[in-house]
Order: sequence, then C-alpha cells, then structure tokens
Amino acid sequence: MNYAIAARFALDYGAFRLDVDLHLPGSGVSVLFGPSGSGKTTFLRCVAGLERAAIGHLMVNGKQWEDSESGLFLPPHRRAIGYIFQQANLFPHLNVYGNLCFGLKRIGKKPADSDLDRMIKMLGIGHLLDRMPARLSGGERQRVAIARALVLNPDILLMDEPLAALDDQRKHEILPYLTRLHQELDIPVLYVTHARQEVAKLADHLVILNEGRVLAAGTLAETLSRLDLPTAEDNQVAMIWEGRIAAHESEYHLTRVDCAGIELSMPLIDAAIGSPVRVQIYASDVSIALAVPNTTSILNVMFATITGLADNQKGQTVLRLKVGALPLLALITLKSKLMLNLAIGMSVYVQIKGTSILN
Amino acid sequence: MFSDDDISACWLTFQVASLSTLILLMVGTPLAWWLARTESRWKGICNTVVALPLVLPPTVLGFYLLVLLGPNGPVGGFMVKLGLNPLPFTFSGLVVASVLYSLPFVVQPLQTAFAAIGEQTLEAAATLRAGPWDAFFTVVIPLARPGFLTAAILGFAHTVGEFGVVLMIGGNIPGKTRVASVQIYNHVEALEYHQAHWLAGGLLVFAFTVLLVLYGGLKSRPAVEPMR
Repeated sequence: MNYAIAARFALDYGAFRLDVDLHLPGSGVSVLFGPSGSGKTTFLRCVAGLERAAIGHLMVNGKQWEDSESGLFLPPHRRAIGYIFQQANLFPHLNVYGNLCFGLKRIGKKPADSDLDRMIKMLGIGHLLDRMPARLSGGERQRVAIARALVLNPDILLMDEPLAALDDQRKHEILPYLTRLHQELDIPVLYVTHARQEVAKLADHLVILNEGRVLAAGTLAETLSRLDLPTAEDNQVAMIWEGRIAAHESEYHLTRVDCAGIELSMPLIDAAIGSPVRVQIYASDVSIALAVPNTTSILNVMFATITGLADNQKGQTVLRLKVGALPLLALITLKSKLMLNLAIGMSVYVQIKGTSILN
Repeated sequence: MFSDDDISACWLTFQVASLSTLILLMVGTPLAWWLARTESRWKGICNTVVALPLVLPPTVLGFYLLVLLGPNGPVGGFMVKLGLNPLPFTFSGLVVASVLYSLPFVVQPLQTAFAAIGEQTLEAAATLRAGPWDAFFTVVIPLARPGFLTAAILGFAHTVGEFGVVLMIGGNIPGKTRVASVQIYNHVEALEYHQAHWLAGGLLVFAFTVLLVLYGGLKSRPAVEPMR
C-alpha cells in the first residue's frame, strides 16, 4: 500500500502521554477509534498543528509539515488541511455563503474558479446560503462546516467526531453525506470517533488507539479480524464485507450481494444492481457446522477454514475464519467449541443468520 | 447662556475625551486581549491594577501622577533631562491622566467581549488559512464589535465626567486645562449659579443620552454591566 501520511508524535500532558507512530494511506477513510482519553483527538490536533508535540514528525504527500529535530513547524494556517470539529464552529458574524468563502479568499481563489458549487450541491446546502449560522439546525451547520473545509481542496481532511454533538436523527441526516463524500473524494480522510456504527460505515483503514498508544492499524478487515484486541471481547464484534448487488429476488423480499465471489442473501436493498454496498456481519450471528447442513432455514451457508480462535472470560470463543478470501468472525460458546473439537486449520461450514446493510 | 470661557472649556473637554478614547482603544485592545487569553500568574495583578481607578479617589491618582510626572519626580525629571516639558498643567498631561483614569472602562468591556469568543472559533479560522493577525481583524474585531462600542462610549463619557484627577494634574488654566467639570466648579465658587446650571444641565443631558444609547441601542446584545 502507498502510505502518503507518515506521522510520529510524542507529547506529555500531565499524566497522559501520547506516543504514536503511524503510516496512513493517501486515499480513503482512516478511522481513529478508541475510548475517550485514548489520545485520538490529540493526535488529530497534532496533525493540524493546533497542538505542538515535543517530538513531532509529519509528512503529507511528500511534504514535510513538521520536524521537531530541525525545528520545522508549519502553523495550522499554512497546512493544506480541512478540519471538521465536533461543533461546526461557523463564524456567527458571516452568513453561510460568507463562511464558505472565508478560506477561499485566503488561498486567493475566486468562488467561480473553485469547487464551491459542487460542494454546495454535494452537501445539499444551496437553500441556506443567505442564512446566518444562528438560524441553522445542528446538522445543517455541520454540513456547512464540511463544505467550508472541502472547497479549499485540502491535501487531507481531518474530522474530529463530527457527529458526536448531534442527536440520532441529525446523525442519520448527515451520514449519507459522509458516505457520499467517501465515494466521491479521493483525498485521505482521518476520522476520529468512538462510535462503532461510524467505523462500520466509513472506515477503509482502522487505527485502534488506547491510552495514547496504537494498539492496531491496518485495513478494516485486517484490524477487525484481530483476536488479540479488547474490541474482540464484546458482543458487538462484527466483520464488514464490501460487495455489489448481484440480483434482487423481489418475490421473497431478498437481495443477493456478491462479495469477492461469495454470494450473500439478505433483506431487499433499495438500490440498482451493481451498486456498491457494505455488509455488516455480527460474530454472534454466525454459527458453525461440521457437515453440510442440508435442512436449515438459514440461506447463507458457506465453506470456511478456521484461522484463529480466542476464548474470552464469559465462556465464549471468538473464531476467525476465512471464507474464500474474506475474513469472518464467529462468536460461539466455549461448550460448542469443545463439543465440535474445533481447532485452527479445520474446515467447517458457517451459517450466517442476519446481516445488516450499511449503505 | 454660555460664556466664551464655557464654550472653550467644553471644546477642550471634547478634545481631551476624543484623544483619550482613541489612545485607550489602541492601548486597551492588546491589553484586554492579553488579559482575556493569558494564563500567566501576572494576570491577577494586572487585572487589579487596571481596575484600581474604579475604587481609588481621583485625588489619590492625581496626587501620585503629579509626584511622578512633576519636574522632581522620576518620570518628570527624566523628561526634563531629555529637554521636554514636564506634563503637569499641560494638555498632554491631562490626556495621560485621563487615559489612566478611564482605563478600566475600556479594558473591561473589551476583555469580556474577547473572552466570549471561543478558542474554537479562532482554531477554525486557523484551519481555514487565516493567520493570527488576519483572524484578529476579520473574526475577533467583528465579533467583539458591541464590546468596542461599549468601551468607546464609556471611555469617552467617563473622561468627560472626570474632575478630581483633572484638577490635580491639569489645574485650572483657561483654554489649556480648564475642562467643563472644572468650569462648573469655578462658577459655583463665584456664586454664578445661573451659568453653572447651564453647564451642569448640559452634562447631565449628555450623560443620560449616552447611557440611554448604551442600554437601549445595544439591548439586543448581551447587557454590559455599568461599572459603579
């Protein structure tokens, strides 16, 4: 993989210490995931130059932005970033259009020569241009803030829990825009969140942080299928597959999705054949059989190989499997594991009960 | 109605107040900005020094200024050595004294206005390519506009209303340091109550109008508490 962002930061804040050395890809969404206090926001602020780390090295697209050894530190306004805060932070004295043009003026671009119209359309804010920020809803404000950052064509988009301050309804209002952004933009996005739903929907690359350190970093599937992480311990553990819609069986209210040659049946999706979809499969929805289960209500039965297993404290076992080329997690009881005598390298059949579609 | 002396006193008052307000805004803005954002341990001391004129009898301030700026004082002596005239009993001395005396009336509203602008708004400006000076002029000043307006009005009005400091440092020199408030005192001393009425009434109307503008005209903005 081509790593366009190399970031190494170390700083101390009283009892908290951030010590991170990361290489992130030059496209797609890298989600920084971790509990509060894990240092993910501090890391993002270091990338933006809003925080100055004692030890800091940052290369973005071949350009050195920061190097504490030589004393190089570009201040935030000289870094080609877009930054989305938890709160939209629109300028209250400017209307929406004034806010959108604030950065453009400073990079010496006329609105007509910029991506302004495209961004206004993409974020659906065309009807708000004359409004003052005080008269916008939380979701509208955040959409304006995203457009305001993107019109500058930044080298990197930094998003610090952009949905955290919104209620569920507003979150669902914005998520489709983020998904769209994900599909239409080719700039790298660093996205900080502690919400699994956002990881599942948006991440291409996943970095798990805890107490100021990187626990894991890699592609989404790679990181999710690691059994040694605390994230593998809970009932929410799931795998994400990406695929395309292969066919609809409208008489059964079903859609068949093709994920790297593996076909999954799932509840009808309202989208054209060939559209890309993300499928989330909870480990607790995956069961194991040693022989082909001929008589079962479950539609998705596949051949798989066990590549790893880990027992947890609650009498459960998490299995890591390979279905063709795709990784899959299954959460079964310790008792089942012993009864079936499961071990690494064994071939089994997996049955997937429910799946949820993410986009 | 108004004698020539009265008119000259009013004109002088206007000049002192305008010039003082201008200087106050120039000195007060960076001072208030620093006070609003610093975490320095000197902040408490600086806040106290700025607020002192609110509680100090004007004669105390005037007395120390006289000692400090007089030809035998440390500052005055230095000025004499440089070949400059010492400041007491001059127009410049009046302005210097007014600036110190009205400082809290300018710094405090500005400080409140600056403090109300969140750090995050400034960070947003920085991530949108605005450097610190750029952000100060295009974000901070427009957002603090009601604070500037309050500061300018209070600074001007308070300078117009001063008496004790002026008398101590400026004296009572017609056309040079004799401002309206001193002129009223002169009229009363001379038992010219009729003349005193006109000037005093004029200042009363002025003060009332200014405060009415402040509280009425700015009512859509967060209220600024009067000092005193």
